Amino acid sequence: MQGDANPLKYTDIHNDVVASIVETGSNYYVALATALALTLICFFFPWFYQLYYGIGAAGMNHPGVWGTYLASFIFWIGLSHSGTLLSCVLHITNSSWRKAMYRSAEAMTLFSLVVAAMMVMVHVGRPWFIHWTIPYPNQMEMWPNFRSPLLFDVMAITTYITGSTVFIYMGSIPDFAAVRDRTRGWRNTMYSLLSLGWRGTDTEWHRLHWAYTFLAVLIIPLAVSVHSIVSWDFAMSIVPALHQTIFAPYFVVGAIYSGTAGIVTVMFVLRKFMDFGEYITELHFDNLGKLLLVLSLLWSYINLVEVFTGFYSGASGEIEALRYRLFGFYAPLYWEMITFCAVLPLLCAFKRFRTSFVPMLFLSIAINIGMYTERFLIVATSLSRQYLPDAWGLYVPSAVEISILVGTLALFTTLFLLFVKIFPSVSMYEVKETMDTPKKIPAAASGGSLA
Amino acid sequence: MSFLDRIAEGWRKNRKPGYYENFDYHWTMTIDLDQCSGCGACVTACQAENNLPIVGEKAFAKGREVKWLRMEHYWEGEYPDVKLNIIPMLCQHCDNAPCETVCPVSATYHNQDGLNTQIYNRCIGTRSCAVYCPYEVRYFNYNDHTWDSPLDQQLNPDVSVREKGVMEKCTFCIQRVRQAKDAAKDDGRRRVRDGEVQPACVQTCPSQAMAFGDRNDPESKVSQTLDGPRAYRVLDELNTKSSVVYLKKVGTEA
Repeated sequence: MQGDANPLKYTDIHNDVVASIVETGSNYYVALATALALTLICFFFPWFYQLYYGIGAAGMNHPGVWGTYLASFIFWIGLSHSGTLLSCVLHITNSSWRKAMYRSAEAMTLFSLVVAAMMVMVHVGRPWFIHWTIPYPNQMEMWPNFRSPLLFDVMAITTYITGSTVFIYMGSIPDFAAVRDRTRGWRNTMYSLLSLGWRGTDTEWHRLHWAYTFLAVLIIPLAVSVHSIVSWDFAMSIVPALHQTIFAPYFVVGAIYSGTAGIVTVMFVLRKFMDFGEYITELHFDNLGKLLLVLSLLWSYINLVEVFTGFYSGASGEIEALRYRLFGFYAPLYWEMITFCAVLPLLCAFKRFRTSFVPMLFLSIAINIGMYTERFLIVATSLSRQYLPDAWGLYVPSAVEISILVGTLALFTTLFLLFVKIFPSVSMYEVKETMDTPKKIPAAASGGSLA
Repeated sequence: MSFLDRIAEGWRKNRKPGYYENFDYHWTMTIDLDQCSGCGACVTACQAENNLPIVGEKAFAKGREVKWLRMEHYWEGEYPDVKLNIIPMLCQHCDNAPCETVCPVSATYHNQDGLNTQIYNRCIGTRSCAVYCPYEVRYFNYNDHTWDSPLDQQLNPDVSVREKGVMEKCTFCIQRVRQAKDAAKDDGRRRVRDGEVQPACVQTCPSQAMAFGDRNDPESKVSQTLDGPRAYRVLDELNTKSSVVYLKKVGTEA
């Protein structure tokens, strides 16, 4: 990746990355304080009010019993597919361009999952009993309902969180050791603990690589199954427009799509504000742009299939649900989604577009707005038009819901801001693997354990 | 007995063949739409019997009223040549209930009377049962409800008052079914006789359009009309095998 003309040296990488952890400007504190305050005001306060008052604080009503909380849940689970899945696929296909960006992508996975789990708590009516969905021996001799797709969900997401945590942590161990060797005081203690006594011996490297590849292979089917299972929450019902076999691939493609767009956003931010311009280059945006193009075409195809099967079914319920989605009350949102997720990404066909940073940022944000809309429409339009016309209704989110939606973004940002100060957000040892080996290794500059 | 043995025993007990087909009783309701005048007495009776909350003006406007039994109105034709069709819609107590499979904590399940029961204490409020129900007869408690004095004095002591965050729906007045079964047992009889148990709506119906009874008993009133030419089930094509049978309206074509 780095040519001979590139003056980047092994030492520079260490200096840059460790500096991003140790040296904290006032801008960072301002950003963190803002994000934290927004999290408290927009997420936790409305949520506590809702706990006190009941779900009535949100805008849900009789046919529309699911709302933006569930849409947010799917959205964040989808966003989580960016990181670990993409990182795993690129790892086993030996795509070296992955190496500069995958750490932050994996962190996105982890924090998206945390936020998604929070959304479940916000969504249910009595979150203080949420542990009943976990199978554990108890004095009531009651087990959860193993036939329920919601229970599959709990299992899948718990497994996914565990897997992703182990994956990101294991990949970071050599970097923790590198930071340990360059810090002192409480940081040194912390990184000593985190690096698990990593010394950088050949055996250690060998085992790390083996275990890392093993986990990567393990996580790919897991990530695909997680979002398939999330789709079954809907597809296993008999609600018109939800009861569709295409839903599992639809959700998985949608998830990877919004996740990839999310990576583009995060990489732009890292590049801009963390001075990682030398590591996150046009090459990454170019490749991710190609990926976005392919995914958008896939996504558009599945949407076409959905419309076609709905029309072709000949069932009055399906056709009404379809008509309502395309031309009903929520129709502006539908066409907004089509514009953002099917039409705009076609710009990625041009290399000039893919390699320009700011347009790619806007595109990635537009895609994620469109993808959020998609999840909202799946919930809102289908529930508004079910079998019995007397029970048709309309669902509009309340102020509490919108506030919590903003709050989840703040929560995610807060977690991410904390992450960049604890984890080396660019994988140092893997970036080095992509560089030419120096002719002579200066002992002082090699960073001890990594020599 | 070890822990695993107890689980195995419980599993065998619950997996006895025919658990989902052969019920002790098979409570069924028939509603004769020819006799139904749409007066709505059943709605009121249900509300009084089952401690249904009065949600108030605001919540009503938001579409959060709780009516375990509601009157569905379907208009046909253009003014002045219009026809109004009314269907009382309540929980159909499906034998293939979609709501039962989706509840992650088994808060709703099928009991041995063929009733689809709802356990308020167990409900965590995912509301997925309401989504899965094609009849839209499950109602959620969006907040705690209060009864101003002296209305709190007329709450039915046999029925629990539901708190915020739980789902509720028609139970076929399970408290009355239980009382009838207990009374039959105390009499030394094994079974409840036809007509001994009536849900509040059936009891109240002034035109006697509704009937309630045991489908397993071939002599019962519901069994007589169950297979008649007028009998049909709402959304039968979804194969929910519902326990509420409607008798078609005929002879009002003029």
